[in-house]
Amino acid sequence: MLYRENGQFKTSYRADLQIFPILQDRWTILALLAFAFLVVPSFASDYYFRAILIPFLIMALAALGVNILVGYCGQISLGSGAFMAVGAYGAYNFFVRIPDMPLVPALILGGLCATAFGIVFGLPSLRVKGLYLAVATLAAQFFADWMFLRIKWLVNDSPSGSVSVNGLQVFGLPIESGVSKYWFCLTVLCIVALLAKNLVRSAIGREWMAIRDMDVAAAVIGIRPVYAKLTAFAVSSFIVGMAGALWAFVYLGAWEPAAFNVDVSFRLLFMVIIGGLGSITGAFFGAAFIVVLPIFLNQFLPFAASLVGLSVSTEAASHAELMIFGALIVWFLIVEPHGLAKLWSTGKQKLRLWPFPH
Amino acid sequence: MMLPRKLLALAAITAAAATLAPSVAFAQAKEQFFPLLSYRTGPYAPNGTPWANGKQDYLKMINARDGGINGVKLTFEECETGYATDRGVECYERLKGRPGMTLFDPQATGITFALTEKVDKDKIPLITLGYGLSVAQDGNAFKWNFPLMGSYWTGADILIQAIGKKEGGLDKLKGKKIALVYHDSPFGKEPIPLLQERERMHGFKLDLIPVTAPGVEQKAAWLQVRQLRPDYVLLWGWGVMNSTALKEAQATGYPRDKMYGVWWAGAEPDTKDVGEGAKGYNALALNTAGTQPKVIQDILKFVHDKGRGTGPKDEVGSVLYTRGVIIQALGVEAVRRAQERYGKGKVMTPEQVRWGLENLALDQKKLASLGLDQVMKPISTSCADHMGSTTARIETWDGKQWIVHPEYYTADEQIIKPMVKAGADKYLADKKLTRRAASDCAS
Repeated sequence: MLYRENGQFKTSYRADLQIFPILQDRWTILALLAFAFLVVPSFASDYYFRAILIPFLIMALAALGVNILVGYCGQISLGSGAFMAVGAYGAYNFFVRIPDMPLVPALILGGLCATAFGIVFGLPSLRVKGLYLAVATLAAQFFADWMFLRIKWLVNDSPSGSVSVNGLQVFGLPIESGVSKYWFCLTVLCIVALLAKNLVRSAIGREWMAIRDMDVAAAVIGIRPVYAKLTAFAVSSFIVGMAGALWAFVYLGAWEPAAFNVDVSFRLLFMVIIGGLGSITGAFFGAAFIVVLPIFLNQFLPFAASLVGLSVSTEAASHAELMIFGALIVWFLIVEPHGLAKLWSTGKQKLRLWPFPH
Repeated sequence: MMLPRKLLALAAITAAAATLAPSVAFAQAKEQFFPLLSYRTGPYAPNGTPWANGKQDYLKMINARDGGINGVKLTFEECETGYATDRGVECYERLKGRPGMTLFDPQATGITFALTEKVDKDKIPLITLGYGLSVAQDGNAFKWNFPLMGSYWTGADILIQAIGKKEGGLDKLKGKKIALVYHDSPFGKEPIPLLQERERMHGFKLDLIPVTAPGVEQKAAWLQVRQLRPDYVLLWGWGVMNSTALKEAQATGYPRDKMYGVWWAGAEPDTKDVGEGAKGYNALALNTAGTQPKVIQDILKFVHDKGRGTGPKDEVGSVLYTRGVIIQALGVEAVRRAQERYGKGKVMTPEQVRWGLENLALDQKKLASLGLDQVMKPISTSCADHMGSTTARIETWDGKQWIVHPEYYTADEQIIKPMVKAGADKYLADKKLTRRAASDCAS
């Protein structure tokens, strides 16, 4: 009843091309943004910022990047962890080697390093597809692991291979407290999400989707596969690289190559699949599912058991956490193969017709 | 379509309920809280589990036997990290704000690196017994880090001394080949600078052979060992890597008595599965094992016999279990020491505990009263020295159990001190920090 577009007439192309054509959506998004920027900082504790919200935001950003490549362009990648690592170490090198390097340009330069790396490892996509490409991008993962463990120069000659940054600031404002880190990550995420959304709506985004749906047909109607695939790799790895730099700089503070190992690649792929392939919203749902759910289960299970008078050992809780998590993934893939984003849009669709479904 | 949405709604409601729960569940009481970061899952679980059990059982024993520290009850909560840095950071953030917060022992080198930055801002001490950042021995630079009883540099130094002794003098090492088979992570790479320093001093040749974490794939590494034919192999492994290395050595035909492991490669889970195949393998012993020490007897009596033990009873007194006990005992003693200054029977703040850690003085008599006299050497820390003791022994696997040799080795101060100082200075310069003032030591 409330969620209906009756009476909302579009009289210009501009109005017709809006990201959120329905008024209620626009208001919801504005309210959500206001909530995220203003209300959340006023009640969330330091723990929520540092342990849940910040990793969620950064992983959502990374999932957004992976989704462009996997969801929109159909190039399955298992090298996302490597792109994150290149972004993190790239940004780190710019940050420590150039005196007084500001944080934001360092992050962007880190993202550009990842772009270059992504394009190089995207080249096989011109010849191989699907699972074969997934294996080829796995090479990027192993190469990055090797590179950051072996090439001393990249880790600023740190004997243990572990590096750290401090004194982060943006325009003179220190990024130290949980709230400031949260705001910073949220701002970056909002800007990138907006850019990404517009990108996938534009000509290049439609080229990506055409390549994804049927590359031969796309080529026949004049889309250059080389250009489309490599731009998808470039844009995706730029975003993933930025996320990697944020993960290292803002979340961990000190990190080693293992922070970006193949597990991270898999987790990012899960986020995209569970969140929803080819959907910007899906990246947020997927990140929330993969980042927040294990932490939530880890704390919730002992609590739930104590309600019924049982005590759960740490060991049992972690094993149960893994089992429940795995079962939920399988359940989601069976019940809703298009991801949480599809569930969301189905819900919206039903709301539009409610209470008179047809 | 209705079923999943109803379930989702249910999940959302339970989520909301659970997020509110932790703040309610913990009442403000006269309790000293010990966060226990541990890993009972993942590739390092076989070694992480007895360690975590020992830590937990000691706290239970102090509560059961003494009723806490001067009447202050000890509480604890475990948080599973799985040895992953990001989960470790999450655990730290989750537990650091608890009332009665004492100190952290992250149980992983990677997590230690990530937390070193954070504890300085949060003012919470970080103890890393036998692991962590070697340069953190310099208490004037690292105010909140305590690598008690030894770091990877002291461990590596003692291993070279032991090998030198076996050869009949350190000068006999000239021209020899020593290979370091190490876990390719900060943990495995930490000893390299010291070994290179010793290489320069004695003229042996150091070969570095990395093994990718977690270390189950070592064929290439042992092929390299076979090619290089080193006189000695130093094993810097953890978890499954150790037993795999011993099996590979057996398969390669590399003599096990020429292999020397760090103290994290010298526990029962590392050699038990290899059994006779590991016979002759040596490792550093930071502590003894066995159920004879009084502290272990007390744990059996007050915790396990009452059916409140954490792990299986037959694991009590194993090498890593005992190490967990020592770690927790030193943490508890730091609180006791702090209470002597800031008021007995009070809950100590992390800053007060830090003072206690910096002024630990456990001599033989004190250790005997704790039941730890047969287990470890006396330890005394200071403002400048956050390690307190740098001794260790060598132990050998006889096919069934570890035999600890009686002789103690002490790391060479003359080599380690300048390296620690230089490393700490570099750290401070990188971070644009300054050394602590002398007046800060009194606080």
